[in-house]
Amino acid sequence: MWEQYANLFVKSIFIENMVFAYFLGMCSYLAISKTLKNGIGMGLAVIFVLTITVPLNYLIDTYLLADGALIWLGPQYAELNLSFLSLIMFIAVIASMVQLVEMIIEKFSPALYGSLGIFLPLIAVNCAILGGSLFMQIKNFSGVSESAVYGFGSGIGWFLAIVAIAAIREKIAYSNVPAPLRGLGITFIITGLMAFGFMSFMGIKL
Amino acid sequence: MKKLKNKNPLFLFVSKGKEPLFSKKNRQLLKDPLDDNNPITVQVLGICSALAITVQLWPAIVMTFSVIFVMACSNVIISILRDLIPNRIRIVVFLVVISSLVALVDEFLKAYAYDVSKELSIFIGLIVTNCIIMGRLEAFALGNGVWKSFLDGVGNAFGYGAILIAVAFFRELLGSGNLMGYQVIPDFIYEMGYENNGLMLLSPMALITVGIIIWIQRSRNTDLIEQR
Repeated sequence: MWEQYANLFVKSIFIENMVFAYFLGMCSYLAISKTLKNGIGMGLAVIFVLTITVPLNYLIDTYLLADGALIWLGPQYAELNLSFLSLIMFIAVIASMVQLVEMIIEKFSPALYGSLGIFLPLIAVNCAILGGSLFMQIKNFSGVSESAVYGFGSGIGWFLAIVAIAAIREKIAYSNVPAPLRGLGITFIITGLMAFGFMSFMGIKL
Repeated sequence: MKKLKNKNPLFLFVSKGKEPLFSKKNRQLLKDPLDDNNPITVQVLGICSALAITVQLWPAIVMTFSVIFVMACSNVIISILRDLIPNRIRIVVFLVVISSLVALVDEFLKAYAYDVSKELSIFIGLIVTNCIIMGRLEAFALGNGVWKSFLDGVGNAFGYGAILIAVAFFRELLGSGNLMGYQVIPDFIYEMGYENNGLMLLSPMALITVGIIIWIQRSRNTDLIEQR
């Protein structure tokens, strides 16, 4: 039981890393990784929102949207399939969760809000968040806790990726990069090389 | 002025009244995103989906057309509604418009091109959070007329597609020797000892290919080089 969770956790951090294996959340990954401090802030916000929205969307998917999910309402609803609504539903959940989380953090922890504040609205359009929910739908998890572990793990994977690239970019600002590659170009190539590194995790099982 | 505008049946589309449909400025809107203001290599938008589906040419082309459709329609819709959308909830309105259009594309592909739809898996859904669309809605469609927004949407989607197709072309050609699923590298070259570069099929090579495209583009167009 625990083994299975640990397996899923490690898999979602390293082997199926959001950034290096699926290129999700690349836009904010590239835009906000100029300094380490901002990178950490954005990474934390992503962990937070992914951990909340993936299990929430799992519940919505299994009990409202999937094929025959409405059977708990009564036998006459057994044939309903609302899965065409899943995109709209997921994005609505994510956008409203982000808004809610923003308000809660502002109320209870102004210090955290100060550091996360500007990144939270950006997260609503971060592909990693929606991607987490859509992968959850494909993977057919057996329970809400499994999807929560998956969400948390992918969040940590994204956090590691952005912190690593931000640290490298802070250093590389002082080195002599060919002029046309400066900034964006070299970041792409470094990310590619890092992704090769992450590929060596492939096939690991606990 | 208002009266005159309303007499012209095209007033919705031609915001300035006198400006021809393909004036120089409007052509600029279509042309700019292809090179000088490319959404991927210059504006850094929409990279997420651009990289994951470029192993083969055909899915990349399907993706390009889906993005063109979604982008043109959403730009037009938001531009029509731009005076009605309250500023505070604009992101949610954008998301609703975009995700309805994407759901339409998704269902369409599932019905008529199931194989490709299977291959693109979640990446059609991820058009919703494709930053290009959000970014252009926010930066352009909210403040411009319908026809201009349409051109801007089509132009940016083509700029996105150009990079997508270029990356997919090289990855499929060098990685598996095929284009669109047909073998293009003749057998005698293989017999001479040429081998496909399997590395190109791995996902990290997509990033490096884009990096090289950026390198080439910026050494041609030196205005784009970033300052230290």
